[in-house]
Amino acid sequence: MENRTILSVQNISISFGGLKAVNNFSIKIKEKELYGLIGPNGAGKTTIFNLLTGVYKPDSGKILLENTKLVGKSCIEINKLGIARTFQNIRLFSNMSVLDNVKTALHESYKYSTFTGIFRLPKYFDYEKKMTNEAYELLKMFSLEKDASLKASNLPYGKQRKLEIARALSTKPTLLLLDEPAAGMNSNETKELMDTISFVRDKFNMTILLIEHDMKLVSGICEKLTVLNFGEVLKEGDTNEVLNDEEVIKAYLGD
Amino acid sequence: MGSKLLSKFNIKTNNKSFLYNISTYAIVVLAYIIIERLIFTNSITSLMKGLLVPLCTYSILAISLNLVVGISGELSLGHAGFMCIGAFSSAIFTKFMKEMGVQTIWIFIIAIIIGALVAAFFGFIIGIPVLRLRGDYLAIVTLAFGEIIKNVINAIYLGFDEKGVHISLQDTTSLNLSDNGFVIIKGAQGITASPKYSTFTIGVILLLITIFIVLNLINSRTGRSIMAIRDNRIAAESIGLDVTKYKMIAFTLSAGLSGMAGVLYAHNLSTLQALPKNFGYNMSITILVFVVLGGMGNVRGSIIAACILTLIPELLRSLSNYRMLIYAVVLIVIMLFTHKKEK
Amino acid sequence: MSFLSYFLSGLSLGSIYAIIALGYTMVYGIAKMLNFAHGDIIMVGAYMIFIFMNQLGINTFLAIILSGIFCTILGMVIEKVAYKPLRNATPLSVLITAIGVSYLLQNLALLIFGANTKAFTSVIALKPLSLFDGKLIISAESIITILICIIIMVILTLFINKTKNGQAMIAVSEDKSAATLMGINVNKTISITFAIGSFLAAIAGALLCSAYPSLTPTTGAMPGIKAFVAAVIGGIGSIPGAFIGGLVLGILENLSKAYISSQLSDAIVFSLLIIVLLVKPTGILGKNQNEKV
Repeated sequence: MENRTILSVQNISISFGGLKAVNNFSIKIKEKELYGLIGPNGAGKTTIFNLLTGVYKPDSGKILLENTKLVGKSCIEINKLGIARTFQNIRLFSNMSVLDNVKTALHESYKYSTFTGIFRLPKYFDYEKKMTNEAYELLKMFSLEKDASLKASNLPYGKQRKLEIARALSTKPTLLLLDEPAAGMNSNETKELMDTISFVRDKFNMTILLIEHDMKLVSGICEKLTVLNFGEVLKEGDTNEVLNDEEVIKAYLGD
Repeated sequence: MGSKLLSKFNIKTNNKSFLYNISTYAIVVLAYIIIERLIFTNSITSLMKGLLVPLCTYSILAISLNLVVGISGELSLGHAGFMCIGAFSSAIFTKFMKEMGVQTIWIFIIAIIIGALVAAFFGFIIGIPVLRLRGDYLAIVTLAFGEIIKNVINAIYLGFDEKGVHISLQDTTSLNLSDNGFVIIKGAQGITASPKYSTFTIGVILLLITIFIVLNLINSRTGRSIMAIRDNRIAAESIGLDVTKYKMIAFTLSAGLSGMAGVLYAHNLSTLQALPKNFGYNMSITILVFVVLGGMGNVRGSIIAACILTLIPELLRSLSNYRMLIYAVVLIVIMLFTHKKEK
Repeated sequence: MSFLSYFLSGLSLGSIYAIIALGYTMVYGIAKMLNFAHGDIIMVGAYMIFIFMNQLGINTFLAIILSGIFCTILGMVIEKVAYKPLRNATPLSVLITAIGVSYLLQNLALLIFGANTKAFTSVIALKPLSLFDGKLIISAESIITILICIIIMVILTLFINKTKNGQAMIAVSEDKSAATLMGINVNKTISITFAIGSFLAAIAGALLCSAYPSLTPTTGAMPGIKAFVAAVIGGIGSIPGAFIGGLVLGILENLSKAYISSQLSDAIVFSLLIIVLLVKPTGILGKNQNEKV
């Protein structure tokens, strides 16, 4: 059965000054797909994430999430429409506890007013409890439940990456963007992370687009790949096919 | 009340903040009981007695500024301005009622609400342009607003007669009041012979209300969102937090609490003037010193710092010349040793 | 005719603001910090001249130079001791430290010189210029101040565009880490910036106290804040911006004192800041800066 398209990007471009950071980039991602975006350093991968999440506005082109146009919408609106992301250089709420990092991201699921919060109306206790329970479930999924009361900045690097993914998941996105989730992890941690990502996809029926340098991770879990070079699509298709492509190998290893 | 929601996992996290909250209330209540006892047995100096309301005022101010600086992560140098608005708006009301011959505690309670609401309203209006700016720009613009407020109040003459309110920017005579009329604000001379309603008990009650509001805010959905934006604005946007809205909530609430402190301040004096030393940016910076010494985001610390830094120079008269010098050194040393690295 | 007179004294006040604003804008452009204590260097400079001239009887020109050297060293020491350890700290920490330094200077001056106002002798001993049969009288201070401001602008522009240190300053303000990679000594460049800014502050102190001859420990505070406002209005980091911002502010302040209300003149000046930032958040000549994600 053919799955429906979740994300469709058509010919987006953006320049900074004279530099064309992304040129005519297109991609189509189907529901439940685990899609990889790879390419050498400076190819424009993170810029594409920033375009998708509304940090930058493309000079031209269209971005559709299911049937909603995303170009011109703010980061906040785009998150509410269903895209969540992690960052290459980890961005946690570093002075808050691990638990509160996740609870903060659950703000849309359990809405109560500032007034309710200050004056501790019954809804406050009810929702806080539900929020805490749900946050623990998410933390457990990433084996972070024992660290719940730690300050986020005191977590070891690998766990910080996991917490960022847990936080992104808390906003219940339809599309999850992971920016180098395995960066700085050892091979055991990477293996574990791969399992977690696949698990998350299956459990939440989620579509995932990830940027990665670790070829083991990419070839291990991604079904489809797009290779980016100098801001342009060099190759796209099934993972094995792309990774064995001569042009791709050349771009990665140089001439 | 916090223990109700302790589920099997988060006992540790919640117990910590629960104990912190309880101990904060306990310290204030205990201090109140001890001081009341000392007043009762007449074993307290009149100097000390005169400091009780200011201590409450400064503590409230420190907590309210901490909400902006420590919790929301923005440096406001204009909080003396909100205090000024709270002080004058409430004193106009109580002076008016005094002229009308009404002087009860209810008038003061209404005045507190007026002061807090008017200051919060100005906080909201000023917040709209100010909170779009970041860092140093925000600091300098809040300072500018604080100075504007002080200057404008210094220039206003306000009077009242049977025809209603009269306002002028020149002098008392140009108010054109009838024989039954009376002047409320006399320009730079401010409000004279305003009623003195503030007592230590009311001060402590207002302080407890402030603690209640800020601590409960911190441990709620709104408080977490505010702190998340402080820690990482871009990440906060990426999980759909409305940055402007939450900054606004913190700023408005903080302005309102400062206004409340202003009401307490105004009704502890018989003449209320907008001078640089009480409503100028120097005052804003003094409050900032309390916040920094007490610890960013630390409500209990703000109260303790406000009390210690006010009491020491008063009690050790020989030190009072060095008061501001000590403040300055405290600021620099604390920053050099506790600063946070930028990500 | 009275308008012209107010305008010219505003221009002169604006020139002083511009000289102070140069210090703010250079430090902000290069060290990315608001040096709140900059205004107090002005006060220190003025006290030094006062001591050298009135108490030690040193000749005026030499007194100004000595005061300039003192402030230059003071500025560099402050940078080393208080700001350098905070190079990677959050802007909030740096700003609070700078406020602390400002208070430290004010209160040290209070302890050393006392709270009494000192009557500052003008460093410019020239007769006022009388034009149109005495209908328009321009003080010598005004004329000299405006001239000195123009000279400083020219020298500073030449310094930045023609010398190695000046080019290093531009490089550091554009990108600190790239400048380091190019072999530029960032710490030295920042130190030079503070030195220049502080020397200019001493000159501003001499001019300010010659025009308004009462000297107290808080003399520098308000002009300092207004000069920073001028730097922000002109576009922080921009040298011509500081010049324009300073002049606009000085003229606006004097005209509103004369024609609107002396009570409200500060309020009007600060309102201009708010209006400018609302219309153009980076100031008149400021550049846009995007945050990197």
